[in-house]
Amino acid sequence: MDLIRVKNVEKKYKNGVTAIYDLNLAIEKGSFVFVIGGSGSGKSTFIKLLYREEKPTKGQVIVGGLDVAKLKNKKVYKLRRKLGIVFQDYRLLPKLTVYENVAFALECIGEKKDSIRVKVLKALEDVGLKNKVHEYPDNLSGGEQQRVAIARAIVNDPKLLLCDEPTGNLDPEKSMEIMKVLEDINKSRGTTIIMATHDKEIVNKMKKQVITLKDGHLVKFKQKGTYAE
Amino acid sequence: MKPIRMLGRSVRDAVKSVIRNFSLSLASISCITITLIIVAVAVVASFNVQNFTKAIEKDMTIVVFVDNDAEEKDIENIEDEIKRIANVEKYTFQTKQEVKEMMQQESEVFKTVLDTWTDEESPLKDTFQVKVKNVEKIKKTALKIESIDKVSTVRYGEGMVDKMVKAFSSIEKVTYIIVLGLVLVTVFLIINTIKLTISARRKEIGIMRLVGASNITIKLPFIIEGMILGLFGSIIPVILTTYGYLAFYKHFDGYLYSRLIELIVPEPFIYQTSLIVVGIGILVGMIGSASAVRKYLKI
Ligand SMILES: Nc1ncnc2c1ncn2[C@@H]1O[C@H](COP(=O)(O)OP(=O)(O)OP(=O)(O)O)[C@@H](O)[C@H]1O
Ligand SMILES: [Mg+2]
Repeated sequence: MDLIRVKNVEKKYKNGVTAIYDLNLAIEKGSFVFVIGGSGSGKSTFIKLLYREEKPTKGQVIVGGLDVAKLKNKKVYKLRRKLGIVFQDYRLLPKLTVYENVAFALECIGEKKDSIRVKVLKALEDVGLKNKVHEYPDNLSGGEQQRVAIARAIVNDPKLLLCDEPTGNLDPEKSMEIMKVLEDINKSRGTTIIMATHDKEIVNKMKKQVITLKDGHLVKFKQKGTYAE
Repeated sequence: MKPIRMLGRSVRDAVKSVIRNFSLSLASISCITITLIIVAVAVVASFNVQNFTKAIEKDMTIVVFVDNDAEEKDIENIEDEIKRIANVEKYTFQTKQEVKEMMQQESEVFKTVLDTWTDEESPLKDTFQVKVKNVEKIKKTALKIESIDKVSTVRYGEGMVDKMVKAFSSIEKVTYIIVLGLVLVTVFLIINTIKLTISARRKEIGIMRLVGASNITIKLPFIIEGMILGLFGSIIPVILTTYGYLAFYKHFDGYLYSRLIELIVPEPFIYQTSLIVVGIGILVGMIGSASAVRKYLKI
């Protein structure tokens, strides 16, 4: 079954730049998909269309049966609750501990305290940070901070996890640790993962589906793809 | 949803940011305080004015003295004319004899004085007591009655009362303008306080949006912050009104201008006034924060 269906999507920014041209694709539930392409090829824009940070200028973006393009601003939060998002820059709150940062996501949507505790500890365990629960982000390595961000993204057990260059600030070793965490999440929770990246090595090693963009056009969508120019 | 938990979090966040932006918060609170003190004084004054105007209006009558040489049919004519004036609510007629008896009953002093006069010497006259519908037009009505044939003189109110009511109503208007100006300044200050909070919490707001916080959840702490500013700003005005009015009332023994004006009894008046003051404070705080949220949060 398809979790995501993108139909005839075009995205033209207000400054006149067209970042995506006539995009058509479908992504199955439970898949792990890389989005690759050169700088400015439209990877981030594609991700932003999926979590309704940007609206397409044409076409439909269907996520979990819902046309995200038609979603009113007021209702965007309903979509956000069904997906998790991870960025290159972690976006953690420095004044909150690891635990509090992850719990924050659930507090914001009104979860009960007891269930917050259970879910947060489970998520932190899944990313291998159970021993750093009471640390502050500034005392953690980049890789660890990114794992906190991933824990926060999956704490509400979303169907879909979007990652925009999650390893962009990390060395190859730490990057592979992150990839291991993501693969585990994909396998154990069945979470569909879409990850935009530059990193050839990661893509080649993981042997997942690959969407290749070039100047806003879809050039390839391969099962078990590699990073080919 | 889960309103109580959400409210608890919002209040906590709001109190935190009031403390964090202490200097600007203090400026807003001070401005609200000054505004509310003036509002409180205006409210107290205006309720008191209303109260005594009503009291005066109740027994504001025109006394019409009839010429001594007026005959029966002249008096009938006067009565007909009075009846025809639109502003007249009702009237009573007393002959000089009735007036005399009434006064004699009223006090011993009057009685002895009145007894020394013969009918010719007596300054008393046949009188009409006329009640009007609209006190503001009492002067016009009195003049109309005075122009009736065989009416000697006309008295109404105290003159001073009339002027005082007018003076108070113009003071009231000036107060409204001052309060309005102060409210605008206050709202402006609150908008800037909340703007600061919003920008200090930009990152947090961004994350809240990402993880699916509803718009209300995001807005509520800021709205509550404004309301808390208003609440804090109303503390001093409430204390001042309560104790100030009590002291004022006690000092003047409940009356002003040698018992002409009766002040409103402090209880429950001061509580009602306090409630109004707190209400206005919170409302102004809410208006300020709501417009800041609309302007700077863009959701
Ligand atoms: N908010 C925006 N307003 C205007 N133009 C934008 C905006 N965001 C992106 N663009 C433009 O759209 C195009 C695609 O940008 P996008 O960020 O999607 O590329 P990317 O593949 O993520 O690049 P990178 O690998 O550098 O992150 C670029 O030409 C960019 O300049
Ligand atoms: Mg990008």
